Amino acid sequence: MSNYAYIAWIPLLPLAAFVVLGLFGRKYLRSFSGVIGTAVVLTSAVLSLWAAYEYFFVAGKVDGVYQPVIALKVAWLSFSPGLSIDMSIILDPISVMMIVVVSFVSLMVHLFSLGYMKGEERFGTYYAFLGLFTFSMLGLVLSGNIFEIYIFWELVGCSSFLLIGYYYDRPTAVAAAKKAFIVTRFADLGFLIGILILSFQAETLDFRTLIQRLTEPSPQLAGDVMGSFLGISLLSWGLILVFIGGAGKSALFPLHIWLPDAMEGPTPVSALIHAATMVVAGVYLVARLYPVYTVADPAVLQVILYAGALSALLAAIIACTQTDIKRILAYSTMSQIGYMMFALGTFRPVGAEGALGFTAAMFHLFTHAFFKALLFLCAGVIIHQVHSNEMRDMGGLRKSMPLTHGCFLIACLAIAGIPPFSGFFSKEEILLAAYNANKLVYAVGLFTSGLTAFYMFRLYFSVFWRLPGGLPAGAGHFEGAEAGGGHGEAPASMKIPLVVLAVGAALAGFIPFSRLVTYDGKPMAPHAMGLSVIAPVTLALLGVLLAGYLYLRESDRPGRAAAALSGLYRLACHKFYIDEVYFFITKKIIFNLIGRPAAWIDRNIVDGLMNALGALTARISAGIKGIQSGRVQDYALYFFAGIAVLAVLFIYIYT
Amino acid sequence: MSQVPLSHILFVSTALFFIGMYGLFTRRNMITMLMSVELILNSVNINFVAFNKYLYPDKLEGVFFTLFIVAIAAAEAAVAIAIIINLYRNLRSIDVEAADEMKF
Repeated sequence: MSNYAYIAWIPLLPLAAFVVLGLFGRKYLRSFSGVIGTAVVLTSAVLSLWAAYEYFFVAGKVDGVYQPVIALKVAWLSFSPGLSIDMSIILDPISVMMIVVVSFVSLMVHLFSLGYMKGEERFGTYYAFLGLFTFSMLGLVLSGNIFEIYIFWELVGCSSFLLIGYYYDRPTAVAAAKKAFIVTRFADLGFLIGILILSFQAETLDFRTLIQRLTEPSPQLAGDVMGSFLGISLLSWGLILVFIGGAGKSALFPLHIWLPDAMEGPTPVSALIHAATMVVAGVYLVARLYPVYTVADPAVLQVILYAGALSALLAAIIACTQTDIKRILAYSTMSQIGYMMFALGTFRPVGAEGALGFTAAMFHLFTHAFFKALLFLCAGVIIHQVHSNEMRDMGGLRKSMPLTHGCFLIACLAIAGIPPFSGFFSKEEILLAAYNANKLVYAVGLFTSGLTAFYMFRLYFSVFWRLPGGLPAGAGHFEGAEAGGGHGEAPASMKIPLVVLAVGAALAGFIPFSRLVTYDGKPMAPHAMGLSVIAPVTLALLGVLLAGYLYLRESDRPGRAAAALSGLYRLACHKFYIDEVYFFITKKIIFNLIGRPAAWIDRNIVDGLMNALGALTARISAGIKGIQSGRVQDYALYFFAGIAVLAVLFIYIYT
Repeated sequence: MSQVPLSHILFVSTALFFIGMYGLFTRRNMITMLMSVELILNSVNINFVAFNKYLYPDKLEGVFFTLFIVAIAAAEAAVAIAIIINLYRNLRSIDVEAADEMKF
């Protein structure tokens, strides 16, 4: 076993960057802050790649099984000898995989932002926030302690809040930041209660001990574990509550409403936080506690299964009708996370095959990080050129920005699941796991994968092919392309990440993932691609063709299609009225039934009591203020009267 | 020569006290009020000396107290006159009714 203590530098370096840039970035380091941030994250990324190499290929395996390693452990808060909160770093296949993803995508985003955010007023602050986010996310995935993960969980939420509200002079961004914060906060409440239940039952906060104790309950714990509430065992409640926390962060139905609005933040931030890393924290959390989920009531996994499948389907349907490029990507993110979640829900206690979903989910998480970050960064380039988020303002861009076009196409093919791009492999595995577990969910997944191909290529054709208003292709009707003259489409700092991510998105599928990341640490042979690939690929191709038919050229076909499906179209266009339902619940029900009575009590009873007290004092003092006449002799008289009364008291009462 | 009984002396001091009291409450002239206060103090002095002489003839505490009170009365008179002079400068009057600004 080798020394992994250097792992601590991976999250700590971005923290240092945050501190330095946060303190000095504004005044002194303004023009260098981007370079500093990028260099620091580059170091982190190199260290994580090194750690991954060492873990996966050199020292991680003991007897052919990947062992979790506690790289570092520092007692942070110790309440009593048995109960302390440690800051520890755990290395196991999923955390190692995650640090690579997080630091790598973060590096790409840092690099991309050098060009994208150039000339921003708060350039240094932006990089400071990015550093804070990178630190928290790396800390989250490395946490070896359920309380530690909660701390980083909140830090991640906080930096997400800061970055969504980066353009704080825009009311929509402020509202979106608040919405994201409140919704995830609400879910985190579930997470916190879940933590308390789980750690109370296991009498520890440490993940390894917790998992060990909860999966093999010892006799003295059995009594507690059997405790139940509303007919569901406390353990299941704890797990469901933890899942709710994860669902809030991962934007699963019905807690997804914040994610589309979160697109108000700068586009690279959307790529980093709201596509590749933070939103998969929920998936990661469930994966982290997976052994407990698998031994608990199967109903819990059913909840995860159906919540994931429903999110995947709903988000895909909504994405088909949106016109804002970033919102389409946001809904597609939500849909893909739904995929990962239901892959986790497909566990069956039948040996290694039963836990295929775990590997599949992690695999999809990995590949998704590449192609979704790539999609967002491409969207960033496009928005940078067109100065609009609306799809109808774009069109025919393939001539003026060929590199972006190529990268976007690769990402679209990857997400649509067309072989041999990365998304194909991971999605295939998820569908296989679903096929083995639950036919209904398999059907949903299959249909969703067709829809995914359709809406991604709808986006692709609309942006790069369709010509708005009959202008010839590449006629330079966008200021950027014209004024830029020589530079073509984007500065090099924006192009490099695109190319690197495109290579990742194209090739990541060939990584033999099942050999590296499995449920029990034992490498699994990659299963052979059988006939099962025919259905999803056919559906994906159909989706692409349909999108091409509808959107390749400007025509009235999309309008006619929408009219034919008018009811469904309107429903999806309004995001199934989920926002409206929330508004109804909060404004009409909570505000009226709870807020108003509470306000009434506050205004009339609490304030009333205080006002009455004040008024009484004022009235009494008004009555007796005449005594203060301002005449010395009156005062002397009162003085002597007082003395006389005291004298009488002392003489006649106290003797 | 027969000794004056204690009650006579106490009668004098009580009379002096209430004369001072009366003057303090009825006079509007601050100097007169100050003199009344001196009367009150002196009535107390008489009490001290008398009790010392009649009840504890072999002790001296009462006389000492009297000496202190005389000293303090002198200081107090100086302070009071300073106050009165300042009031006179501000108000052009030493009538106590004139200084009635400190009321509600």
